[in-house]
Amino acid sequence: MGLNAGWSETPGLKTRFVVVSVAAAVVFLLLLMRLWYLQVINADVYLRLSEKNRLRYIPVEAPRGSIYDRDGLLLVDNRPAFGVSVLRQDVEDSDLLLETLAGYLDEDAVTLHERYQKGKRLPAYRPLPLAEDIGRDRMEVIQENASDLPGLLTGVRPVRSYPYQESGAHLFGYLGEITEQQLQSQDFSGYRSGEFVGKSGVEKRLENTLRGHEGQQRLEVDVRGKLLRSLQTRDPFPGNRVYLTIKRDLQLAAEVAFEDHAGAAVMLDVHSGEVLALVSRPSFNPEAFAQGISSEEWISLLKDSRHPLQNKALTGQYPPGSTFKIVSALAALKSGLITASTSVECTGKLEVGDREFRCWKRTGHGKTNLKKALKESCDVWFYQVAQDLGIDRLSETASDLGLGSPLGIDLEGEKSGLIPTRDWKRRRFGAPWYDGETVIASIGQGYVLTTPLQLAVMTATVANGGTVYRPQVVKKIVDLVGNVLVEHSPEIIKSTPFSPRDLSAVHTGLVAAVNEPGGTAWSRKLDGLKVAGKTGTAQVVRLKDDDDKEEDEDKIPYRFRDHALFVAYAPADAPEVAVAVVVEHGRHGSSVAAPIAMKMMANYFGVDVGALPDHVPYAGD
Amino acid sequence: MFDRRLLTHFDWFFLGLVCLVAAIGMMNLYSASAPWSQGGTPIYVKQMYWFALGIVIALIVCMFDYRHLEYMGFFFYGFNVLLLVGVLLVGKTSMGATRWLDLGFFNLQPSEVMKIVIIITLACHFSRKGHAFGHNLRELVPPFSLLTIPVLLIMKQPDLGTSMMVVFIGLTVALFAGIQRLTFIGLTVLGFLGAYGGWFLLHDYQRERVYTFLNPERDPLGSGYHIIQSKIAVGSGGFWGKGFMKGTQSQLSFLPERHTDFAFSVFAEEWGFVGGFGLLALYLLIIIWGLYIARRAADKFGMFLALGVVAMLFWHMVVNLGMVIGLLPVVGVPLPLFSYGGTSMVTTMIGVGLLLNVSMRRFKF
Repeated sequence: MGLNAGWSETPGLKTRFVVVSVAAAVVFLLLLMRLWYLQVINADVYLRLSEKNRLRYIPVEAPRGSIYDRDGLLLVDNRPAFGVSVLRQDVEDSDLLLETLAGYLDEDAVTLHERYQKGKRLPAYRPLPLAEDIGRDRMEVIQENASDLPGLLTGVRPVRSYPYQESGAHLFGYLGEITEQQLQSQDFSGYRSGEFVGKSGVEKRLENTLRGHEGQQRLEVDVRGKLLRSLQTRDPFPGNRVYLTIKRDLQLAAEVAFEDHAGAAVMLDVHSGEVLALVSRPSFNPEAFAQGISSEEWISLLKDSRHPLQNKALTGQYPPGSTFKIVSALAALKSGLITASTSVECTGKLEVGDREFRCWKRTGHGKTNLKKALKESCDVWFYQVAQDLGIDRLSETASDLGLGSPLGIDLEGEKSGLIPTRDWKRRRFGAPWYDGETVIASIGQGYVLTTPLQLAVMTATVANGGTVYRPQVVKKIVDLVGNVLVEHSPEIIKSTPFSPRDLSAVHTGLVAAVNEPGGTAWSRKLDGLKVAGKTGTAQVVRLKDDDDKEEDEDKIPYRFRDHALFVAYAPADAPEVAVAVVVEHGRHGSSVAAPIAMKMMANYFGVDVGALPDHVPYAGD
Repeated sequence: MFDRRLLTHFDWFFLGLVCLVAAIGMMNLYSASAPWSQGGTPIYVKQMYWFALGIVIALIVCMFDYRHLEYMGFFFYGFNVLLLVGVLLVGKTSMGATRWLDLGFFNLQPSEVMKIVIIITLACHFSRKGHAFGHNLRELVPPFSLLTIPVLLIMKQPDLGTSMMVVFIGLTVALFAGIQRLTFIGLTVLGFLGAYGGWFLLHDYQRERVYTFLNPERDPLGSGYHIIQSKIAVGSGGFWGKGFMKGTQSQLSFLPERHTDFAFSVFAEEWGFVGGFGLLALYLLIIIWGLYIARRAADKFGMFLALGVVAMLFWHMVVNLGMVIGLLPVVGVPLPLFSYGGTSMVTTMIGVGLLLNVSMRRFKF
């Protein structure tokens, strides 16, 4: 027994030790229960949170589907663009980051700051692009030196590239950043802010087809947001390939043929309505839009008086001028008013009511039948016929040929043109129709407006024996592995009520216009290819004194000059293609529009265009 | 003369237990410090040095008979209080707190030493003034005064964690010594009132910690960040853990203070519930074994001494673990044998030494 014998027998001491031990055990049990709660019951929640801490999901943009011509020649592609972006949630010191980056990019830090500020409307976990298309060399330098800047990402994204620059721009369309409105609409569900979408042309029409499926890169970052490694990449799935109906070389040739002129040209396959070339001039370079166009460039395009952004082939509404005589001729034939041999005496003018209407040839064409009227484009012949025909029968025939309403081409923004009727005039102006108006309508002036596309369809209809096909630019859609998803077949809009004899009568006139001496397009005929065609000149303004017109032509301001038109099909005896060309303020169809059409024909049929004279005597349109 | 019986009665089991936990702790530090690529001695190696030093200190503490302390307790106490006053007058300030005395070759933190000293002091007091039926209020005035003086001095530094530890140790010992029922009730009420009043004495940042503890999400990137990230680390470990050195929260540095106060979070992330359970069991075993030592102490002083050390270890464990798993507010209390730090290791090992001392002398007369 020790000196303290008995102390440990103090009453309750043993109990106290038991109580204290149990209390300690209970406290530890509580801690254990808490561990159970965190690690077993809520493990998933915390695992997700820990993954969220360390993982960054970076979307990998999918290349849009490439666009090819009908023969599989590449028209629109993608190229890799190296860019720098930041994940704002990981940026520690934005000033430092932007200053450093500005140094590497050789760019003004203020600009980067502006972009950064602007990007704050995006979620912080989304990469915010700061500099795009910086070039591989520059990106390598940044990758090597800027790894200590948390939040900085370098990457490569596909950017639309256009090997032929301005060529086909209106057909393909351009891309632009998705708008807030679009983001909120059902059609664009799944899109994210900052994405580029088709704004016009095929790009817009086939947006869903061309857009691929975004991939995703899973990156691991540390607490500073410093990129440690890429864990997994789900490759993006490129958009579907689109084959257009156009022929690349033909399209290029047509554009070259347009030189510096403004206007539009459409060439169609007469048996299917497929568009073989679609030109609108002046054009723009869609490459400028591929990564976002600057507001200065955008404004300058919008302010350009020659409207480079407008697809004039579909949306340009021009008086068809003498090309409309095809309609008038068919209307007269169909109505039985005339036959191919019905003759009219052209004295150079015709009085209708109290007004005198002149023929372009002041001395008159003399005795003129349908063939001659079309060949030499005699206005009086048509005035005469139109007087008896009346506007309603004329309009009906125009409509039969596809004029005056949209044709439903697979592109955006097609305009309807205008084929006037008595009803229309009453509704529009509250005024009756006058005979004089029918007279000028018969030669494609007055209220009549058509689009180049409609003129092409009209011409094709005459060429193929009376079938109106829906014009189309998309031939087929093929997925990544080559499965054909969609293949378009010709679509007939309607069959016209013209008899083969009537069509043949018009055909004869159109052949003569190009192939017989005295024809308005005689000087433009091709060796080795028989083309049927019709020239046209559309008055933009009615000059005060028509007599002085020829002498003063060069003095007329550009914007008041007449439009030049030409429609044609070939080979005349077994037509395959039809073309319509409108040259804004080009003055004469024969001298400006016809050469373009002929060059297109020559290209299509592989014939030598020959030495087309630069200037030919005016032979009337 | 060295008594050979001391060796035969040496508590190898307890020392083994301590070494095991310390070894696990060092292994854990190895993982926790892996993300650092900076040069210099790795912290797990430093911790080994500290532990080695701790073992030496523990053995030295074992050497002399603890009963000598009974006569030196109040001297230590007085000296330590002077040091605490010295800290307030000429202490070294770091990160807004004045806790250290610059002794030239190293910085002494008297508040840490006070944990041991208050144990010895209270053991002295209660072993002499034992009361079979518990102490009444009047009898409690002296020990409470002994406790209050250093606590106030430490709070002034400010060091809420350490002052709280000293209070917990003191209260545990006092409670064990016995308090009359009425006195106990009265003191409890008084304690609550005091806590209420004390709330207004707290520094803003300390109150902020309490607010944040109650709702960490109110400041997820500021004061709530630690606890949120710690809970994520612990919880994401799941049942089996992510594996050694595979804890993303710690390896990717999302977990702050992962080598010191939040070392257990690293462990729990990598070893999961299974590991946490094992470690908790080891800690509980240390506590139970410590109580066992106290129960078998040869005298009352030894019992209170051992009990005080057990209280110190217990409260450190509970407050630290409670803190990192979101049960208690974040106060800077290290986990004994586990958190990196020389002071904590030395203090703990002095305590271990005292327990071994008491244990091996249980048969001595």
